[in-house]
Amino acid sequence: MRPALELRDLRKAYGPLAVLHGVSLSVPSSQLVFIIGPSGSGKSTLLRCCNLLEVPQSGAVLVDGKDITLAGVNLNEVRQQVGMVFQSFNLYPHMTALGNVTLALRKVQKMDKAQADAEGLQALARVGLTDKAQNYPGQLSGGQQQRVGIARSLALKPKILLFDEPTSALDPELVGSVLQVMRELRESGMTMLVVSHEMGFARAAADHVVFMDQGQIVEQGSPQAVFDSPQHLRLREFLASLGQR
Amino acid sequence: MNNAAPLSTLDRFVSSFFNTEVAARYLEPMLDGMLLTVGLGLCVIATGLVMGLMLAVVRIQHVKLVNVFIVAFADIFRALPPLVVIILLFFAFPYIELSMSAFTATWLALSLVLSAFTEEIFWAGMLAIPKGQWEAARSTGLGRWATLVHVILPQAVRMTVPPLTNRTIAITKGTALGSVVALHEVLNVSSAASSEAGNATPLVMGALAYLILFIPFVVLGRWVETRFTWKR
Repeated sequence: MRPALELRDLRKAYGPLAVLHGVSLSVPSSQLVFIIGPSGSGKSTLLRCCNLLEVPQSGAVLVDGKDITLAGVNLNEVRQQVGMVFQSFNLYPHMTALGNVTLALRKVQKMDKAQADAEGLQALARVGLTDKAQNYPGQLSGGQQQRVGIARSLALKPKILLFDEPTSALDPELVGSVLQVMRELRESGMTMLVVSHEMGFARAAADHVVFMDQGQIVEQGSPQAVFDSPQHLRLREFLASLGQR
Repeated sequence: MNNAAPLSTLDRFVSSFFNTEVAARYLEPMLDGMLLTVGLGLCVIATGLVMGLMLAVVRIQHVKLVNVFIVAFADIFRALPPLVVIILLFFAFPYIELSMSAFTATWLALSLVLSAFTEEIFWAGMLAIPKGQWEAARSTGLGRWATLVHVILPQAVRMTVPPLTNRTIAITKGTALGSVVALHEVLNVSSAASSEAGNATPLVMGALAYLILFIPFVVLGRWVETRFTWKR
């Protein structure tokens, strides 16, 4: 079966500083792939290449088999199929939770307000926030804001969801609610690519774990293989520094 | 000394500054002057704010060559005193066969100055919106334009209401400068009336007229500020 997302030999540099040294990765449909690695390893850049928020210098990004780096691709259409959840939520502060979730439905998919609201409420229901639909982001806790962020992506019925350190900006007691939503998404068959430091969650929920360091994939495999019998020294050091082994 | 002298001073003061007979005589031209000031002020506000917003929106497209002109325009018209611009337009432009009425010259000059300030204020407001807002909107498939219109500008406008109101009031008050090119606005009418009557009452009426015109504006600005903050 064709993977939902495939990265081929991605290379990216900012001036003389190379961030990605030819990274290839495949994310099969309905799987949760987890990227771990020290800061500066290029994992966030890799994730942001998947919806071309960062444009790689070379290589291909295939969404559902189609290379989205080619000229003439309608990026706005592609981006609706590749949802993204941000570390700092990035909710629109001047709109209610429902307004945040329905903006793209109304302005990109040109739905009328009633239909967009119905779809938006469904998405909010999936993250357990129907009752907060009329609240502004400033009136929500961090965990609730992040779940609205997830709903904003979900509303577009994407083929894959990208998570860029979704829990790093949250107080510890709020992390659980976001992870719970991600767990439910996985059970519902959503394809997800996650950059995060939540090792416990990776161990419990990931189908595949990728360890990146210095712009390269150093090691990858099942959570058991990566966490319990790491092969490379750098991965062992990284896990040791986190107290995971 | 008896107390006749201070009384007569007070009388003189009242009859010079608050002379009802003089006030009644010049009420009509004063009202005409107020009407003209209001009309001119509204024209300046509409033109200046719209032009400034348009310039800021063009500038955020980051086309280098275009931005050189916008920045030069903004810097020049923020540096020039509005009075100088009015005089240039009214007295110098006829030499290049470009005559304009006192109204047009004042309107154009103040609009240019207001648009220069407005552009800078909106520009700063848009820059102050975190990059993540752009990224979030773009990642849901909104284009550059839709992102600007639905996500960036609404936030930038709210943020810039206080400096914008202040600047708009300051420049709209500059309609009084039209008096140097014989525009029949409040100041001109009242100072002419004051010389003619040999009495200061019309000038006091002029000051009152400005208060009547601008205090509601200041209050409106305050209302807009509170109305436009979103719930936190």
